Amino acid sequence: MTAAAAKAARQHRTRHWLRRGLFVAYGFLGYAFFYLPIVILVIFSFNDSRSVSKWSGFTLRWYEAMLQDHQIMLALWNSVFVAVVSTLIATVLGTLAALALERYRRFPARLFADITLYLPIIIPDIAMAIMLLAFFKLSGIGFQTWKVHIAGLRLAVPYSVIIGHVAFNISFVAVVVRARLAQMDRTLDEAAQDLYATPWRTFWRVTLPLMMPGVLGGALLAFTLSLDDFVITFFTSGAGFNTLPVRVFGMIRKGVTPKINAVSSLMLGFSLLLVTLALLAARGNQDRKIRMF
Amino acid sequence: MNDALRRYPALRAWLLLAPSFLWLLLFFIIPLGIIVVYSFLQRDVYGGVIWEWTLDNYRRVFDPLYFKTFLYSLWIAFLTAFFSLLFGYPLAYFIATRPERIRNALVLALMIPFWTNFLVRTYAWLTLLRTNTGLINVWLMQWGIIDKPLPLFGNTFAITLGLVYGWMPDMILPIYAALEQIDHRLLEAAEDLYASGWQVFRRVIWPLSLPGVVAGTMLVFIPSLGAFVTPAILGGGKRLMIGNVITNQFLGAHDWPFGSALSVLMMAVMLLATLVYFRTGGERAGQGGL
Repeated sequence: MTAAAAKAARQHRTRHWLRRGLFVAYGFLGYAFFYLPIVILVIFSFNDSRSVSKWSGFTLRWYEAMLQDHQIMLALWNSVFVAVVSTLIATVLGTLAALALERYRRFPARLFADITLYLPIIIPDIAMAIMLLAFFKLSGIGFQTWKVHIAGLRLAVPYSVIIGHVAFNISFVAVVVRARLAQMDRTLDEAAQDLYATPWRTFWRVTLPLMMPGVLGGALLAFTLSLDDFVITFFTSGAGFNTLPVRVFGMIRKGVTPKINAVSSLMLGFSLLLVTLALLAARGNQDRKIRMF
Repeated sequence: MNDALRRYPALRAWLLLAPSFLWLLLFFIIPLGIIVVYSFLQRDVYGGVIWEWTLDNYRRVFDPLYFKTFLYSLWIAFLTAFFSLLFGYPLAYFIATRPERIRNALVLALMIPFWTNFLVRTYAWLTLLRTNTGLINVWLMQWGIIDKPLPLFGNTFAITLGLVYGWMPDMILPIYAALEQIDHRLLEAAEDLYASGWQVFRRVIWPLSLPGVVAGTMLVFIPSLGAFVTPAILGGGKRLMIGNVITNQFLGAHDWPFGSALSVLMMAVMLLATLVYFRTGGERAGQGGL
């Protein structure tokens, strides 16, 4: 090899590694873009001053202030209550719908049902929110409240909010459960029936356990979406009812304080917890598949 | 009853569907119908409606005052999709070219900010971008890089940034899914035929990832067009999008027929975009099979 050729090869290699290095650097920058704002938000929730941009020492006082704020605690429990109730209803309804659409190839108006179930996913929340607001105002139903006592607090949750949350959650549950059903081996159902299991028994002993990871996954997604929702709650709640995001929105409008950072960090903690649970559910998904074969 | 159920599978299917279908019929389809009907009615002075048909609401949509906002929203949605693609595609490519273990971790790492509350993420940017007290301006001035605050807040830049931050994972994930499925032998074949790196990308990788690009673009464009929270917080009340105008009509001005007309128009644009997506997506997916 001549010296010139060796030099050219070296240059080529250098350029190759330079390009790879730049690419990895870009990847890091991309993830920094996603994480830095959140990390900074959490850091300043511990800031010992009213500022959220100048650091003046560590404190937990904003978290104390949050815990002592009656409105925030009320909003927190409202959020949890709405999420639990709407998730339960949406999971049952969505799972049944998924079974119908995945297990029965042909029946009258199948396409119409299919489209109806998909629409709430496509339509943006602002459109769904005003639709529901108009419906509740016009029909006069929904703004009555469900009164509950939790943790020494008196909650008054409008039915309209729960109804709205169920309406957008059904579709998401159905999609997740359908994906699971599509993966499942139908011969197992048939085997159970060959062994003289009644349809009910087949469902409870074979189909339901197998589709459970999908149902759990769908429920977790519904719970997360419900906790996260701001727009639909904001429009359908009428005056005076706050979930945590609605409360945070109201606080932001009045001004920025580390207390909002503290509430935001709390919500972030919830999200992390739910991602972890979703991951565990997904792992269960794989385990079961392996164990069956 | 049992007999009938056993004999007619369609009956079983509809029994399973009935609860969710009725729920959506009552609380989704009928409300949608109400909005469409309202958009052709007139408002009365008390914030209600008068049952007389009119096209005035749609005419008002084209009043420059509102139509400008509509075009501005389209522009913002376009910018958001464009920048999400520009910055998201290389990131999806970066993830897809990592070893499998790292790849899964990277996808998960993308999901975490995505599962974080949208309002929280928007608020995070508020604390960074605000003109005089935002972190970025405060730090840049402390380090002496700038003398006076940069206009980072209450403008198109802030809204677009907030939306890109919120929806870019929706762009990255479908592109990543498409890239991950590409058969490596195709790339090797291209290289064996002396294609340059750029040619391999232009002629093989890009066409094969196109279904992901189209899907991602739709997933970013549609929610950006209907944005309400981002312009409300990062627009600083100065720049409004169609979502804010609709909100004002329903919660402030009490002109529901006009608000309904705006919503119907917005949904029509989104429906159009979805149809385009299914058309191109379907065609491309067919080509992708080679």
